[in-house]
Amino acid sequence: METFSLLADGFAVALNPFTLMLAVAGCIIGTMVGALPGLGPSNGVAILIPLAFSFGLDATEALILMTSVYYGAMYGGRISSILLNIPGDEPALMTTLDGYPMAKAGRASDALVLSGVASFVGAFLATIGLMLLAPMLAQVAFLFGPAEYFALYLLAFSTLGGIASNNQRKAALAACIGLAIAMIGLDNSSGMPRLTGGNMHLMDGVDFLVAIVGLFAVSEVFIFIESHGKSSAIGVKIDKITIPVKDIVRTSGTMLRSTVIGFIAGILPGAGASLGSFLAYMAEKSTVRDNSRFGKGDPRGVAAPEAGNNAAAGGALVPMLTLGVPGSGTTAVLLALLMTLNITPGPLLFTERPEVVWGLIAALLIANIVLLILNVPMVRIFVKVLSVPPGVLLPGVTMVSFVGIYSLSGSSFDLLLMIAFGVLGYLLRKLDVPTVPIILGILLGNHMEDSLRRAMVLSGGDWQYLYSSKIAIGLWIAAIVGFIAPLFLKRFITKPSRVEPDEASDG
Amino acid sequence: MSDRVLGLVAVFAGLAYAFAATRIPTSFLSDPVGSKTFPMMLGGIAALCGALIALKPDRPGPSWPGFRTWLALGLAVAVLTGYAYSLKPLGFLIPTAVAASILSYQIRPRATHALATGIGLSLGLYAVFRFLLGLSLAAVPKGWIA
Repeated sequence: METFSLLADGFAVALNPFTLMLAVAGCIIGTMVGALPGLGPSNGVAILIPLAFSFGLDATEALILMTSVYYGAMYGGRISSILLNIPGDEPALMTTLDGYPMAKAGRASDALVLSGVASFVGAFLATIGLMLLAPMLAQVAFLFGPAEYFALYLLAFSTLGGIASNNQRKAALAACIGLAIAMIGLDNSSGMPRLTGGNMHLMDGVDFLVAIVGLFAVSEVFIFIESHGKSSAIGVKIDKITIPVKDIVRTSGTMLRSTVIGFIAGILPGAGASLGSFLAYMAEKSTVRDNSRFGKGDPRGVAAPEAGNNAAAGGALVPMLTLGVPGSGTTAVLLALLMTLNITPGPLLFTERPEVVWGLIAALLIANIVLLILNVPMVRIFVKVLSVPPGVLLPGVTMVSFVGIYSLSGSSFDLLLMIAFGVLGYLLRKLDVPTVPIILGILLGNHMEDSLRRAMVLSGGDWQYLYSSKIAIGLWIAAIVGFIAPLFLKRFITKPSRVEPDEASDG
Repeated sequence: MSDRVLGLVAVFAGLAYAFAATRIPTSFLSDPVGSKTFPMMLGGIAALCGALIALKPDRPGPSWPGFRTWLALGLAVAVLTGYAYSLKPLGFLIPTAVAASILSYQIRPRATHALATGIGLSLGLYAVFRFLLGLSLAAVPKGWIA
């Protein structure tokens, strides 16, 4: 089997002591990042990228470190969901529904262990899925020409706007903002400056890391200044960690079903982990015989979204690595990492840089085992992290962001731009305009325009070329359906809201 | 109301962007699409989205903070801007301690606590950046150390 020999090579890369140390460090940082409310995975990965550079890591090492952080954050998000009823990150929202009631009923440690195991099952199986599926998809990706890529980018934006947001108009506007920002700077093909307003600093374009850190991390500070960090107080304490063997055995079917659902949701470009955990929870709730305990602390309601969201996190790496189209906000940030490392994701990555791909996959398998150890027997250490007050955490995050961006370019202009993105992010978040399409737009804008222009060069300016192949037509249809269908489905599927947090005092 | 304003701003910004795109200088190296078309399309679509948002705003709209919070947010932006400018001339330690103290005070108004946070973060982060990550970061203004 070719896959196994490639994987063996990957393990040779990943098992080197330094790489292994990076994976462990990434897992620890990631779990903390995920657990802290207000510091989600995209945020955490974004502010760490500049630091990973200044550390002088090579491409494979940086990738292994950051994906370990990414997986770790996915595990960690459940901790504050269960204990505080505050999702540490967006995908962990569904875990609050049954995790917090379970913790209030005195079963906090059971809920943490169960969700840790569910996370492991989801993430581990999804990594194996990634290993088997990604090389196959990379083969298909060889058939993609510029017209297909253009349609694929469109699909990513439309599913992101259609499924993952509440308001299609606003999501589409956000995508336009991102793409419009990407246009700023020198035009690749003509070499002429575009839309720079004569500002020399903008000739190279807007650095996506500046935008990401501004929109995610700096805007968070403003949100916390507005709320004075009121929403974060320790809710439930845990004393002893026991393994609820019975619950784990009883929910094993749930975990496997949710893993499959989450993995598929993750593969869809633009859908991501939030959708994975949502679909997994809803599917589980509607298929089991007795669902009266859902929402009141049913162990299956804890296992399903956690397996789903971690499986989706693995699934989202499939389109990111094979096509260069991220499936979620965090994978968008990972794509930013790849682009800064001068690695072009896509089918060629698998043939030209197999050590990167397989080293990464091997590292992910190792990271999952490390995370299982960190998140089950050692979960109490991470519970302590929750007691860091926001008055210390947020200024700290801001300072790390500033130094990170400053170390990239050493220019005050980038810092000012980052503050401007922070203000923009705050206003847009208040207005319920999603920020992930902006990031995706900034990242993919030049590629999208490039594929459009190359397609037109190939066809001699005939616009019908954009939907002339079977793959392109399929992608266009998927894009249109992905954007419009949720408008009709919204009437039938409504997201369940959070359990009211005001009962926290009696828990 | 907020959404109507957002929509109108988006319409104007989109149109302005599209107009700015028409004035992108062209070169002799040109392709059928050229360097103007895609930005113009984006401006147009953004304006269209803006119009749709203005016509059909979300209900209920966002809850905006009061005047005092706006003042606090303005102060935070000013602090961060000052921080951005002072990092180079003044080194890491002093600006970080000041900026972090103010931000901490803004999130949790307890003076001694905020001051301790600022100084602690400044020293702690400097140690991490300098010794763990090996960043070449000036600690204090040039001239303080011979």
